[in-house]
Amino acid sequence: MTRLEKRESLIRIALLVVAFSAISVLLVITVFIFEEGIPIMVKYGFKRFLFNLDWYPSEKSYGLLPMVIGSIMVTFGALAIGVPFGLACAVFLTEFSSKRLRRIIKPMIELLAGIPSVVYGFMGVVILVPFIRETLGGPGLSVLASSIILGIMILPTIISISVDSLEAVPSAYREGSIALGATRWQTTRMVMFPAARSGIIASIILGMGRAIGETMAVIMIAGNAIAIPRSLLDPVRTLTSNIALEMAYASGEHRQALFATGVILFVIIMILNTIANITSKRRKI
Amino acid sequence: MEEHPGFAVNVQGGGSSAGIQAAKSGAADIGMSSRELKDDEKDLLEIVVARDGLAIIVHPENPVGGLSLVQVQNIFAGNIRSWKFVGGPDREIHVVTREEGSGTRGAFQEMVMGKSRLFPRAIVQDSNGTVREIVANDPASIGYISLGLVNKRVKAVCLEGVEPSFEHIVEKKYTLVRPFLFVTNGPPKPAAREFINFVLSREGQELIRREGLIPVFRD
Repeated sequence: MTRLEKRESLIRIALLVVAFSAISVLLVITVFIFEEGIPIMVKYGFKRFLFNLDWYPSEKSYGLLPMVIGSIMVTFGALAIGVPFGLACAVFLTEFSSKRLRRIIKPMIELLAGIPSVVYGFMGVVILVPFIRETLGGPGLSVLASSIILGIMILPTIISISVDSLEAVPSAYREGSIALGATRWQTTRMVMFPAARSGIIASIILGMGRAIGETMAVIMIAGNAIAIPRSLLDPVRTLTSNIALEMAYASGEHRQALFATGVILFVIIMILNTIANITSKRRKI
Repeated sequence: MEEHPGFAVNVQGGGSSAGIQAAKSGAADIGMSSRELKDDEKDLLEIVVARDGLAIIVHPENPVGGLSLVQVQNIFAGNIRSWKFVGGPDREIHVVTREEGSGTRGAFQEMVMGKSRLFPRAIVQDSNGTVREIVANDPASIGYISLGLVNKRVKAVCLEGVEPSFEHIVEKKYTLVRPFLFVTNGPPKPAAREFINFVLSREGQELIRREGLIPVFRD
């Protein structure tokens, strides 16, 4: 082996170690959550966690159903707001705006991603919650408030990845379509979107991941009631806020039950990611 | 600190259960708790250093000025859903409570709720401050916080006709009172004992009074 080759293989090994250390963190987290959370689920039975409405840890009742439904409602609420706005913004930036305008707007949107979530939560508490309470009724702390705030929080993720994938479509596609007499909008809808589909779906998946995992802002504006919301104006508790709210005081079985919450969250995220991955692969052209 | 060079007091938050746990495991010399010890924690040594009133608070514009203990219990259990049943306007009651495991909630559960469960649709907040903030902003809400933290933005209602005040607690007329405990695992170490003595001294108790809590010793 020459000196150069030796150096090359050394670098290779070093990079391999670094790559695996990142994966090992994931492994450690997974093992830890499952190790802490599974015993109590086995003890009381899986059913008592997932299909039970009562969360009263002091009475040894650990029903997570309201939180599972709460997480799903809030996440899809955020997508319902974030996806149309995000995609519209991405299309505007790539297809309808001048390069100069894009150079101003895109960094500003990316700046949104840098705002700490507690600030979003604070804005929600100070502006959105009173607004909802006064105009629509209810306590204001609600599914609706959390969906709107989370919808805004996932915008930068959806916009910047969608813009990147729309920009990555070869310009010959666009030019060809316009040369055939299609309008800008027809080109966007029938050529650009299908070509960038996998990237756009990826952006939605990442946005969804952010929405389901967000904790701080949600604790501040969701109201955290342990009941399945009957309307968008009812308070709601998500799985992540359940963990964060009660971890400080929890001990013994209560603490284990919070890890069990983590297990369920983990499984839900895995399922959503798998579904999303399958659909994005199948539709690729 | 200036009077006791060489001593350092590190304070860590985390709540009553965490405080008790820390004392039990030896991580801390003194654990603090705002609820009574549970049966399986009774092996620890407890010293009452102060008392605190629990105030039932509503929005300042709420016309309801007083409630009975049974009314409070039924409101927080979700049996009374509208202010009209307790002498207020025809408006839905928004119940605000603390999270499971909190000392304040534990004390409230014990003294007011007894065996009945808290309303599952109640809004849950993780600090006295956020409960107060919500009640201060929502005219239809009701919550409970430490009496020392009541300010002008919320109204503490009379319970059984007794206004929650320092005097009424000292005279034992107002009944929603909980102890603030120091717990140690066995007899306190010399440094910890010195600190406890300070807290129980005239000077320490005066500080406690100034913080809005009720001293255990009266002059």
